Amino acid sequence: MSILEIRNLTKTFGAVRVSKEISLTVGARQCHALIGPNGAGKTTLIHQISGVLTPDAGAVLLDGTDITALPMWRRAQAGLGRTFQISSTLHSFSVLENVALAAQAKAGSSMRFFRPAATEAALNRQAEAVLDRVGLLRRARILAGDLSHGERRLLELAIALAGAPKVLLLDEPMAGLGRVESERLTDILAELRREIPMLLIEHDMDAIFRLADTVAVLVEGAVVARGTPDEVRADPVARAAYLGEESA
Amino acid sequence: MRDRSLLVAGGIFALLLIAPGVLDATGQAYLTGLLMKAMLLAIAAMALDLLVGQGGMISLGHSAFVGIGAYVLAIGLAAGIENILVLLAIALAVAGSFALVTGALALRTSGVYFLMITLAFGQMAYFTLTSLAAYGGDDGLTLWSLATLFGSNVAQNAGHIYLVILAVLVATWWLVHRIGQSRFGRVLRAARDNPERAAVMGFSVFRYRLTAYVIAGMIASVAGLLTAQQNEFVSPALATWQHSGDLLVILVVGGLGSRNGALLGALFIVAAQEALGAVLPEWRLIYGPLLVGVVLFAKGGLNSLLAPGTAGPGR
Ligand SMILES: Nc1ncnc2c1ncn2[C@@H]1O[C@H](COP(=O)(O)OP(=O)(O)OP(=O)(O)O)[C@@H](O)[C@H]1O
Ligand SMILES: [Mg+2]
Repeated sequence: MSILEIRNLTKTFGAVRVSKEISLTVGARQCHALIGPNGAGKTTLIHQISGVLTPDAGAVLLDGTDITALPMWRRAQAGLGRTFQISSTLHSFSVLENVALAAQAKAGSSMRFFRPAATEAALNRQAEAVLDRVGLLRRARILAGDLSHGERRLLELAIALAGAPKVLLLDEPMAGLGRVESERLTDILAELRREIPMLLIEHDMDAIFRLADTVAVLVEGAVVARGTPDEVRADPVARAAYLGEESA
Repeated sequence: MRDRSLLVAGGIFALLLIAPGVLDATGQAYLTGLLMKAMLLAIAAMALDLLVGQGGMISLGHSAFVGIGAYVLAIGLAAGIENILVLLAIALAVAGSFALVTGALALRTSGVYFLMITLAFGQMAYFTLTSLAAYGGDDGLTLWSLATLFGSNVAQNAGHIYLVILAVLVATWWLVHRIGQSRFGRVLRAARDNPERAAVMGFSVFRYRLTAYVIAGMIASVAGLLTAQQNEFVSPALATWQHSGDLLVILVVGGLGSRNGALLGALFIVAAQEALGAVLPEWRLIYGPLLVGVVLFAKGGLNSLLAPGTAGPGR
């Protein structure tokens, strides 16, 4: 049973076809990785799945329901969680409030006008639990704008988790992290992937080999190879397109 | 730090409460009129701050709602409706509906385009008011009878309209800040800082902004209604875009998105205009540079001078 299914997604920017009939499925307990050189169209694909961009053709199904026509916020409500390649947090909010707000989106109506939200214990507890999970709890009271780059990557993940997503789209979660930070984040994701299916875009091959059970290689908007990490590593097309470039 | 701004507000409200008595005793009763003017401006500006400060939506059409409130009073009185609560309900309904329709269209855009569309809708309202020949057209209309509160003149100059305005001011202050700290307000501020992030969290940015637009319009109409009742006169001038600009100036001078910005800004602007006007006839020559000075030297507005740390985009 697939949680997320993408059928023939196609998108053009002017004369450039950034997505060429891309199809893939992410099943329960699956971590599907997507790799490819810079400019291959990975982020553009995530944007189309999450609703930031609308595809020219093709369909996105979440839990069997077609969500292609839904706006971003409805997709999120339906259970699609995502992180951004470039951290997109609320700088003037505290770390805790960033996460509590994400929890608030899934905790009944937010058309409530009188009760202070910052003291809603249930939301704060949820947020603290998620922050604890990603190791940011001791930074909960700090403004998100004052976090280090690495911490902001963790907050990005925490915000997505607080929405209790059915599937997670992770756009280069390790981008810009040092070796130690990357390993720690990989540990966190390794634990998460047992609960939440994910589509993972990553350049860090160590992380891919540890986390993914399927890898697709995207080059110039088209999937050129697909298989287990070992199969893809052995695939000459994939090596030429990507892995070779990486080791060169 | 929040306590500090609470203290500032409490102090201002207390001063406003005793001011008429003191001014009366010292033979300066004419100044209470100015205080009422400042309070009415503050009410409209507080509502505008919900849009601009909390929501990041810069509107140049806010005075249209002030005009709507004023003309509902004038037209309602002419039609024989005297109960101020009934007139208030009508003003809220008319302003709310106008905000819902114009807001739904304006919020398809943002930034400068939003500013232009709200300006256009504001001008529409203004020209509609000037074309009301039966109600004075361009010249406006003097109100020969005033609204009553269950037959009493409490809400009139002959009664205690000053206290009624002060009560509405305090209530608005309280309401706007409750809203700012509520779930709704938190979403509004998130959408101001990063609309895409708010949407990806699962919030319909459009709905929250539209709701804020409607609330702000309704509150402004209350200010308009009371302005008409206090001036005993209505004129389309209330709905000009210059008046919307004045409200924005009040917010910037007082401190955008801050707890007491609208209040401090309105008191300051009214006092500055009066004081300068009394000293020299060409006061507008100094008024401009004075505003520039406040904006440059008190970053975060007057609010940040009185209660540092409570300024800024937070609340
Ligand atoms: N809004 C846009 N308009 C026009 N072209 C765009 C737009 N967004 C992306 N592109 C182009 O589409 C192509 C794919 O971009 P995309 O960001 O999806 O690549 P990516 O695989 O995520 O790359 P990276 O590894 O650098 O993140 C690039 O050539 C990019 O320049
Ligand atoms: Mg990318």
